[in-house]
Amino acid sequence: MTGLTFLIPIALLLGLIGLGAFFWALRAGQFEDADGAAMRILIEDEDDRAN
Amino acid sequence: MATQPLLIEAPASPPEKAIRSLFVAPGMRCASCMGKIETGLVKVPGIYSARVNMTAKQIAILHDPALLPPDLKAAIAAVGFDAEPLVEAGLEAGAAENRALLRALAVAGFAAMNIMLLSVSIWSGAAGATRELFHWLSALIALPTIAYSGRPFFTSAWAALRHGRTNMDVPISIGVLLTTAMSLYETVTGGAHAWFDGAVMLLFFLLAGRTLDGVMRGKAREGVAALLRQTAPGALVMEADGQSHWTPAADLRPGMMMMVAAGERLAADGVVRSGDSSVDIAFLTGESAPVPVQPGSPVQAGALNVQSAVTVEVTAVGADTVIAEIARLMEDAAQAKSRYVRIAERAARLYAPAVHLTAALAFAGWLIAGAGVHQALLIAVAVLLITCPCALGLAVPAAQIVACGALMRRGVLVKDGSALERLAEVSEVVFDKTGTLTLGRPVPENLDKLDDADKGVVLALAQASRHPLSNALRQALEGQGVRAANLSEVREAPGEGMTARFAGEAVALGRPRGVVSLFGLASEYRRGGSATLLGFADALRPDAAEVTGQLRAMGIKRLIASGDRSDALVDIARQVDVTAIGQLRPQDKLALIGRLSAAGEKILMVGDGLNDGPALAAGHASMAPASASDASQLAADAVFLGDRLAPVPVAIRAARRTIRVVRQNFALAIGYNLLAVPLAIMGHVTPLIAAIAMSGSSLIVVGNALRLRSAAR
Repeated sequence: MTGLTFLIPIALLLGLIGLGAFFWALRAGQFEDADGAAMRILIEDEDDRAN
Repeated sequence: MATQPLLIEAPASPPEKAIRSLFVAPGMRCASCMGKIETGLVKVPGIYSARVNMTAKQIAILHDPALLPPDLKAAIAAVGFDAEPLVEAGLEAGAAENRALLRALAVAGFAAMNIMLLSVSIWSGAAGATRELFHWLSALIALPTIAYSGRPFFTSAWAALRHGRTNMDVPISIGVLLTTAMSLYETVTGGAHAWFDGAVMLLFFLLAGRTLDGVMRGKAREGVAALLRQTAPGALVMEADGQSHWTPAADLRPGMMMMVAAGERLAADGVVRSGDSSVDIAFLTGESAPVPVQPGSPVQAGALNVQSAVTVEVTAVGADTVIAEIARLMEDAAQAKSRYVRIAERAARLYAPAVHLTAALAFAGWLIAGAGVHQALLIAVAVLLITCPCALGLAVPAAQIVACGALMRRGVLVKDGSALERLAEVSEVVFDKTGTLTLGRPVPENLDKLDDADKGVVLALAQASRHPLSNALRQALEGQGVRAANLSEVREAPGEGMTARFAGEAVALGRPRGVVSLFGLASEYRRGGSATLLGFADALRPDAAEVTGQLRAMGIKRLIASGDRSDALVDIARQVDVTAIGQLRPQDKLALIGRLSAAGEKILMVGDGLNDGPALAAGHASMAPASASDASQLAADAVFLGDRLAPVPVAIRAARRTIRVVRQNFALAIGYNLLAVPLAIMGHVTPLIAAIAMSGSSLIVVGNALRLRSAAR
């Protein structure tokens, strides 16, 4: 049972980190342009070609 | 040896005074469009950065304040896209609300998972001090979660109660708050059960339904806003000292002199004072041919100046303009539609009192049967929880969002869920003619008169002009895969047309010299000594006849209501086999719809021009093509893209299927309640069973809604 004293806080902490990451992503605008993000991967970067 | 820096030119950090402007460019479709715009625009001096939002079809430009909207528009046109400035407002409120809901959903999801974890160990036999510890932990997670995630429901329930009404949020709020209070009491007194898991899970599922609903509305709003073309946000005003200044539309006053260049829209009503040109007032009349104007001619706000620069004296601004007058007419007509009650609200009206009553009866019944207050309250809470409309809350939005997604992939943007419900009830479709049954733009009729070399020359000439007929030629020739020829000395003479040299020979595309031009739209292509007359006509949409046939097969009546002369309608009416009524003014169309509605028909109005606006607003449901005027797109419940008319029957069929699935979902959700409520009243429902049954019914409802993915085929 003493294991629980570590495991429960750890589980809660991991969950909180996930929740925090989601909030950060929401604020950083990661969900603003879902269609565009899927297309951006296809844009050929001219800077790269010049190298 | 020198290594290249990773970034060849680090973007210069924009100076303090940079301002941000939003443009909509509905023509953006692919990754290379984004690349072209983003890399192309930053090369323009004064533009610091450009960022494309593909979902909303918007371009955000960070630029020097010295660059005015027309300059930016020209810069975007130079990279090959038609864009219009967008006023940044209205969209933000909805988006912020959706984000708040998403945050509440995330918090509730996180808390529900953790509390469930603790509850599972309690159900599998944790006892004594461990169980008490777990209950306390659950309370620790649940209380802040309920305070945060429950707010949307509490505020809505409070607002309803304050006005002496009740809605679906009232039983939800009472259920959640009572459950939490009871659980807290159990925890403090060391009782065997706590229902934090049930309360939080309930919030999670309800928030999921509400978020889906919000996302759907937001999506449609963005889509329509992306298609909206603004009437000019301002104009260049000539001052007394001969200087000209860019003046926003709101600051224009009667008596001011606006300088309107070719290709610009007017920001206010006025009278032409100098210059000859023609204006495109299709937004007002639905007619595609530009109307010639000379000094003394009245012009309306929103008109597109197509030929050459004119000076216009402002006579009416803002709310006094013709366009604003029609907007008012539309607002009044839309009042009737706002009285429509959504199916979910109708269900809630019946359901909410039943929930309260059942719970209260269970409480009273157990008291009378001799149970203690504590036990009776526990059972009442269980009844409230189990009847709480998780599946009911998901039943409608889940089905509607899946159907709207399917329709959006077919090019139909539906504005909200109630539009789908109204579309499903339609019994008669009223079509406008110009721009709805027809394409609403001139299409060249006899291009096969030209050989391939000439086609290339015509395309090159047409590309250099913004005249509507040139646009029509360009679209038709590009559609045939013609490549533009290399021309030199390309010149445009206002009112006359384009001239250039091709391989040493003089070529021209312009106004026909003969008398023939009196009959319909035409332009003349001249090469050396020979001349070819190119005729234009407003073509019927390619599948118009097929669509009216489909509507008949679906048991829907059809009618054409047009502002055009009756003899112009005969041909089209015969081709699509539909009765037509001509010479209708906007008020007449409104009255016609009123008469048909009074006769018990549910009208679907399909129209595009501003003259259809009031009728669109008055119809039981309405659709407009994406080429329609702004006002019509605003008034319509759904906007469809492309040259085909097929989206009309597709949308009706999809709406009918959606309503069927919604009804099935209601049956599933209510069936689940009919099964579970007696058990709960008898006191046999444990928290575990309640939780499983609740999630199970929600999943079944969502799964049933997913069948609508193919609704728009």
